[in-house]
Amino acid sequence: MRGHLPQALRGRRTLAVFALATVPGLAFAPSALASALTPEKGGSPAANHIWSLYLITLIIATVVFAGVEGTLLYCLIRFRARKGREAKQLHGNTQLEIGWTVGAALVLVALAVVTFLDLREVRDPVNSGPGGLDLSGSQYVTTGSLKPPNGRALTIDVIGMQFIWQYVYKNYSPSPDGLGTPYSYYQMVVPTNTTVILHVSSKDVVHEWWIPKLGAKVQAVPGYTNYTWFKISKPGNYAGQCSFLCGRGHARMIAEVTAVPPAKFIGWLHSQESALHSADVHAEACRQELNSSGGSQSGEFAKNC
Amino acid sequence: MASVALRPIPQVVAHRAEAEPRGLMSWLTTTDHKRIGILYLVTSFAFFVLGGTEALMIRLQLGEANNTLVSPEVYNQLFTMHGTTMVFLFVVPMLAGFGNYFVPLMIGARDMAFPRLNALSYWLFLAGGIVLYSSIFWSPPEAGWISTVPLAGSSYLPSGGVDAWIYLIHLTGLSSLLGSINFYVTVANMRAPGMSWSRLPLFVWSILAYSLLLIIAIPVIAGAVTMLLLDRHFGTHFFDTAHGGSALLWQNLFWFFGHPEVYILILPAFGVISEVLPVFARKPIFGYKAIAASTIMISFLGLLVWVHHMFTTPTPIVILVFAMISSFLIAVPTGIKIFNWIGTLWQGSIEFRTPLMYAVGMVALFTIGGLSGIFLAMIPVDWQLSDTYFVVAHIHFVFVGGSTMGIFAAIYYWFPKITGRMLSERLGKWSFWLMFVGILVTFMIQHSLGLDGMPRRVYEYSNVGNLQLYNQISTGGSWILGFGVLLTIINVWRSVHHGTIAGPDPWKANTLEWFTTSPPPVNNFDEIPRVRSLEPMKDIRREIERRSRDGTGATQTPAEIKTTV
Repeated sequence: MRGHLPQALRGRRTLAVFALATVPGLAFAPSALASALTPEKGGSPAANHIWSLYLITLIIATVVFAGVEGTLLYCLIRFRARKGREAKQLHGNTQLEIGWTVGAALVLVALAVVTFLDLREVRDPVNSGPGGLDLSGSQYVTTGSLKPPNGRALTIDVIGMQFIWQYVYKNYSPSPDGLGTPYSYYQMVVPTNTTVILHVSSKDVVHEWWIPKLGAKVQAVPGYTNYTWFKISKPGNYAGQCSFLCGRGHARMIAEVTAVPPAKFIGWLHSQESALHSADVHAEACRQELNSSGGSQSGEFAKNC
Repeated sequence: MASVALRPIPQVVAHRAEAEPRGLMSWLTTTDHKRIGILYLVTSFAFFVLGGTEALMIRLQLGEANNTLVSPEVYNQLFTMHGTTMVFLFVVPMLAGFGNYFVPLMIGARDMAFPRLNALSYWLFLAGGIVLYSSIFWSPPEAGWISTVPLAGSSYLPSGGVDAWIYLIHLTGLSSLLGSINFYVTVANMRAPGMSWSRLPLFVWSILAYSLLLIIAIPVIAGAVTMLLLDRHFGTHFFDTAHGGSALLWQNLFWFFGHPEVYILILPAFGVISEVLPVFARKPIFGYKAIAASTIMISFLGLLVWVHHMFTTPTPIVILVFAMISSFLIAVPTGIKIFNWIGTLWQGSIEFRTPLMYAVGMVALFTIGGLSGIFLAMIPVDWQLSDTYFVVAHIHFVFVGGSTMGIFAAIYYWFPKITGRMLSERLGKWSFWLMFVGILVTFMIQHSLGLDGMPRRVYEYSNVGNLQLYNQISTGGSWILGFGVLLTIINVWRSVHHGTIAGPDPWKANTLEWFTTSPPPVNNFDEIPRVRSLEPMKDIRREIERRSRDGTGATQTPAEIKTTV
């Protein structure tokens, strides 16, 4: 096949073929919308710090990518076999090889330094801001290994189970034994401008807590407590879902964090408490009914329960 | 071509070759490393087709938001079978197949050190594949290829699918372990005279590293799955936190094996690239020692990084940081390889034959997988992107763009030696371009899926943002890729009987497998040449040229020449 085409045409054909091959890559990934290129952010400082670290890495990676692929492409076009072309019999170049080894190492050292600076910011919670929930009460003193500098935060137990998330607001336990503590499923309501620390665990299999706009995801492993945090300044809904395979319902184990002003949060908490209380009272009444009717599920029980 | 015809091509007449045995029984009872190699290659390619079909079904299901093509149960089974098949039944045994066929030939040996053990390795691998695939008739595993506990425990998945998966690991693990010991002993003891360690072909170096990693990693996963089996059926609690075990222990044991496994899957593909590029650039490999050393360096560091799969687990930050640093370090030897490959092409005279195109495609695509790996090695970025489609994109650029493209380079490079016939260049190039474009279209966009919040292993997603569009692009790409693979299958099918006769050394290559006939006789070599450099075939061709110029011994065969060289 080769040799039938004139020299110039062959070169152009090679170029055209490579251009054709790079188009999908360029068109479908980097040139698409900016959101297609960077992770989500905007919910919490941790997500924003991850976003900037990602962007720095993306820029460095793009430069390396362009350098490597560009040189590769240059070689393929410039050094393709032609009449009279003799390959240069090089076995290596020690200086050059040491050079690029050191070069690669330096890039990675730079990335490691940036990562270390960022790691602290992503991992360690900040203090609650002004306009957040009033955390002066003794119940807000944090326990567990993750604390903001002033040691005060709203702490929520996040419990994964097939296939729903439960949130226990343990700062609001009405009794020392924790009985009657308000909780909710699926939707977590939190106050804005308030540091929220999550104690994540699981009742059954491994799950993973992930709200992309709020930053770091953490696994919920049965028997272990894992920690993450966020602080939301803008009221709104932040959607996410379980990101570790937990069984057939994995795709539907979704979660939502709703940030509202502190006063509204307290209001929601009270309505949640009273709803849970009336449900308890109702269940107790049904139990009584069931006991007094000797276990028969008819009459009053069927009507009310 | 006229100028080439003047040069005598090295030609071996296998004077004392035994007649090759024929018939089904001869294949069932064979201990010939070449036949075992062919068995490995054909069987694992069949599993590749199965795993690929599963992948296409996965992509079909995800081609539309809220799709109901398959049930969640079937979907989980599909990706579990896909991942397990591609890792344990395609890439590892495919590389073992090439290793089996070519390691003895490349080092100038007449067989592996333990031929019967070699046959056992193959049959264990086949048994493992049959055990796993027999489960599709009752209940395939559905806990993912990593079978994380407690989901893989008997409380959540009591049916036998996970047990089939465990036996697969046992059987293929034993197969790999025996095969690796065999490779190691063969390379350590059976090299041709003059083949010092510094003249060992780079593919052989990579098989050596592959073997050492398997010898270290397999016992750990074998122990872990045995503990899982005991937990599931005999009342032990190794992984049951409620009874004093630990669910996290599984992840540590699995990834202690799982990460070296990644290098097991990629290093021999690197080795293939290091063989193919110099042949078609008509240049010696650039920086042989650096490439060999980086192979060993990657293997060593590869044993220290498993916790980077566990950045989101409740593990102390000090350990996470250790894993991050060691993962960063791996980028250095990996970068060295890529730079050296480009150095090999630099100032060469590059012949665009199909093996070269696959090899270059591998370098181009693997670079993307390597770079996305750096993002995931950074703890904070991984906290955002772990377990999303960004990771799916990363591993597929490494395993499809890297390992699979490397394997296809090997198929096109070595097919003439194995069958004695050439593959069609035209079909081969079509196949290459479809696969190359298919890989880019399928997997590039998956980075964006992960960045936009799509976790992996979900059977459905709602159509928010661009999720459906991105998924459709990916699904479209998967069909391009699938079609590209199909063309190679057609190419192999046709060329086995109708390809052009290859002759012993169609590429004018550098290593000893090209010193013998295609296909080689049962005993491989009449006489084993003395090796004087990294490129013994180049020396032999040069000697023939010299003698034909002198007019002395122009009719001699290389076998006769080498005794006097």
